Amino acid sequence: MLTTIADLRASGDLTAINALIPYARKIGLEAATDATGLLVALRFNESNIGNSALRAIHGGVVGALLEHAAILHLMVETDVTVVPKIINLSIDYLRPCLAADTFARGTVLKQGKRVANVRMMAWQDSPERPVAAGHAHFLLT
Amino acid sequence: MSVPSGPPDMTRIIHAFENLPHARAIGMRFLSLDRGRGSMRLPYDAGLVGNPRTRVVHGGVITALLDTLCGAVVMASVAEGTPLATLDLRIDYLHPATPDEAIRASAECYKVTTNVAFVRGLAYHEAIDDPIAHCTGTFMLGTGFSASPTGSVGDGQRVGHVEPGSAPC
Repeated sequence: MLTTIADLRASGDLTAINALIPYARKIGLEAATDATGLLVALRFNESNIGNSALRAIHGGVVGALLEHAAILHLMVETDVTVVPKIINLSIDYLRPCLAADTFARGTVLKQGKRVANVRMMAWQDSPERPVAAGHAHFLLT
Repeated sequence: MSVPSGPPDMTRIIHAFENLPHARAIGMRFLSLDRGRGSMRLPYDAGLVGNPRTRVVHGGVITALLDTLCGAVVMASVAEGTPLATLDLRIDYLHPATPDEAIRASAECYKVTTNVAFVRGLAYHEAIDDPIAHCTGTFMLGTGFSASPTGSVGDGQRVGHVEPGSAPC
């Protein structure tokens, strides 16, 4: 990241932060805050299609959305002071992720001294109907 | 949909997967595909960077590469035309990718049952014994085709699947 975690939290300008990450721009990741907190959006982009027959978004891009939601949650909404390094990521594919905007949030399940365990959920029409769920561990040292 | 039958058509699978919009967008190509195993290569590109300070590619790029390859390898392990749906994928990130270097991946489908195929893979630069990432995945086989978002597990997303007869080759 180009900025320190403190700068990131102080600025609150998540759009600017995301714009600095080439891959986030490429696949159409955006971040914003709403009443619940940080929300990451994956804007529909034809080049994200990974299933031409179903016109579904590539599973890897859905994974990237979940990973991005987890790392931004840690950096923006927790008190971690280093850029978290991902250890592993597990993705459950629940429903087809179709050709539309997709949203995701992360929440910390357990934050220890060295490791954070984060749960993520992605959905399209309603958070009650997730298209994918994930969990990831991040190293905080 | 025709009934799945006969050996997998490697040429069709390679063509179908390499021509998926996202595969084209990031430049994933096959190095090999045989029954039960395969390998792919992804060239480095500045547009794939996840950390502009280090120029290391985003983890999602490695996820996309391994997910694509795992789907193709499963398809190359079952009867031609078998529908498949990614059930889950787990990736261990072993060390950061090196900027400017292409990433390769190899995967094998090590067990196929009536309903589920199990696959594992590695991503690396030059040496497979110095991997960047390791993955395991499971895929549902022969699921009912459903584009409805009301579908339950097993009706789900079929990464890279091209309906028999609609393959561009």
